Amino acid sequence: MDELTKVVRDYVIREYLEEGDDREITETTPLISGGIVDSFSMVSLRRFLEKKYSIHIPDDAATPQAFDTVKSIVALVRRFQNAELKSA
Amino acid sequence: MTYPPAYQELTTKFEWAIGERELGYKPGGPINIGAMCSDRLCNLGLAKKLALLWEDYQGNEKRFTYDDIRVLSNTIAHFLCGLGIQPGERVCLFMDRVPELYIGFLGILKTGAVAQPLFSAFGEESLLVRLGDAETSAIITQKKHVHKVRQIRGHLPKLRHIIVVDAGGTPLQEREVSFQMDQAPRVGQFPVYPTTAESPSVLHYTSGTTGQPKGAQHVHYSIISQYLTAKWVLDLRPDDIYWCNADPGWVTGTSYGIIGPWSNGITQVVLDSGFNAKRWCQFIEKCRVTVWYSAPTAIRLLMKEGEEAVREHDLSSLRHLASVGEPLNPEAVAWSQRAFGKPFHDTFWQTETGCIVISNLPGMPIKPGSMGKPFPGITATVLDPKTYEPLNQPGVAGLIALRPGWPSQVRTYWNNEAGFKAKFKNGWYLCGDRASIDPDGYFWFMGRDDDVINTGGHLVGPFEVESALLGCPAVAESAAVAKPDPVNMEVVKAYVSLKPGFKPSDDLELEIMNHIRRRLSPLAMPQEIEFVDCLPKTRSGKIVRRILRCKEFNEPVGDLSTIMDD
Repeated sequence: MDELTKVVRDYVIREYLEEGDDREITETTPLISGGIVDSFSMVSLRRFLEKKYSIHIPDDAATPQAFDTVKSIVALVRRFQNAELKSA
Repeated sequence: MTYPPAYQELTTKFEWAIGERELGYKPGGPINIGAMCSDRLCNLGLAKKLALLWEDYQGNEKRFTYDDIRVLSNTIAHFLCGLGIQPGERVCLFMDRVPELYIGFLGILKTGAVAQPLFSAFGEESLLVRLGDAETSAIITQKKHVHKVRQIRGHLPKLRHIIVVDAGGTPLQEREVSFQMDQAPRVGQFPVYPTTAESPSVLHYTSGTTGQPKGAQHVHYSIISQYLTAKWVLDLRPDDIYWCNADPGWVTGTSYGIIGPWSNGITQVVLDSGFNAKRWCQFIEKCRVTVWYSAPTAIRLLMKEGEEAVREHDLSSLRHLASVGEPLNPEAVAWSQRAFGKPFHDTFWQTETGCIVISNLPGMPIKPGSMGKPFPGITATVLDPKTYEPLNQPGVAGLIALRPGWPSQVRTYWNNEAGFKAKFKNGWYLCGDRASIDPDGYFWFMGRDDDVINTGGHLVGPFEVESALLGCPAVAESAAVAKPDPVNMEVVKAYVSLKPGFKPSDDLELEIMNHIRRRLSPLAMPQEIEFVDCLPKTRSGKIVRRILRCKEFNEPVGDLSTIMDD
């Protein structure tokens, strides 16, 4: 598991997984549709990613689909990391 | 009568006794919502009819006939009686949208106890306030949520039983007991407690502009209006497949996610999953849903995905669409006409009304953006905020008010009779919202009349958020106000002044946001925090949220003569 994936997964487990929820969080575990992260909590997750990786995620990219798995979140971060590099 | 009946036909000679006769209720006799939604349907020959098709986010499915929910609600009722639960005691349901939540609701009511459903995403502070105020005797929950109860049980001396429905082999702690619905010996016959019309049934907590959330006490007679409005507004017919995606932790999920459909003998489907456009559309397609009761937030999220995402699926089964929680903007009505081939019908009501009070009835011409007209039997108007007299002037905004006396009208606020009485002025019940009425009698929503934040169709009280913010070490003072949001209509925004030694930063903002999310709920979490040196106050030191709200909505602030100069 690469570092970015690990950071995202660990943050999700630490901040959003209920203490008594014994589900394993993999790269493809549904987070929004699985009820682990709801659409209101997405804002704090987005804020964490933007701060941690010095990126800006536009509103139209911050969809429940984009935040539904660790894998899709990592893809989202990489997309906007690349965008930041290109504009630098 | 034509079908669907014209509004005028329905209002002519309307009486709530129509619902009483159809439900077989004799005034003065016993009436129990739990039995009305299960035993009664079996007695009508619907024992083998599918009552509930449940599916989780992984696609696991469970099916329950009306006889299943009759027997399983008996089983839960029997279990509760075995624990010593007495009529009138409060029993909380604190679960995800699992079958035990829906069936447990009926089981509690069959014992004569009061069902107190709470949103499973509530944090321990939200839970403590509501369980403490209600002096709840028992809570039915899941192992993933029991840790929150464990954290606060020391502050809840009246909480005798913590019932875990999926404990399995998990070690239990003090006051905890396991109950597995699918393994408990089934109870075929249960002596339903003879509740009467005014016996307390459901206690729903709702946020207000001042103080902590209030427990809106409903009674068993409320089923009369919940049954009839479900039938007429949601157009429920015997062969329908109905989906209400509201959580039973909120009043929509009980009035129209349990009582409405099941008292009408309808098959309903439940998807225990967060929002996912594709998943939701697949569910509608698979179940052949005919009537869908949803919310503007969900509709706007679907709009973001685009019409194509909807059209990829065969949703031709959908016959009637309705919406609740916040005003349905005209763009959403137009979009649904394009995407689904039919419009969402807006409905207006609240925890205290217990049922839909203003709506766009099937067959009634829809004016996109309008709440619709009062349901037959409901007298609604808008009042002058100074005199509390009906305005009788088309297009002029006033306070939405209802003439008291409909079956599901809230009977009181638990332990807060004074707060309850304050909701009535000049013989009218005040909803707390503002609207205007057009010359055709359609109501047009203008906004809240107070500081309550309506986010995603759920009310959040600023006091609760501000109290939790004061629990953050860095926070000196705070004000929680509504901020406009394109998806949720409003979200919570907090203005915060910091204690000496603390400096504003992105890290601190995120820390505070997560603190509120964990302690209260994701709904109450400020989606933005603005650090300020000081908050606007009156000369007596009271924070004036109105000024901050007006700033967020780009509205004029009005009279500032009472505000401190600094």
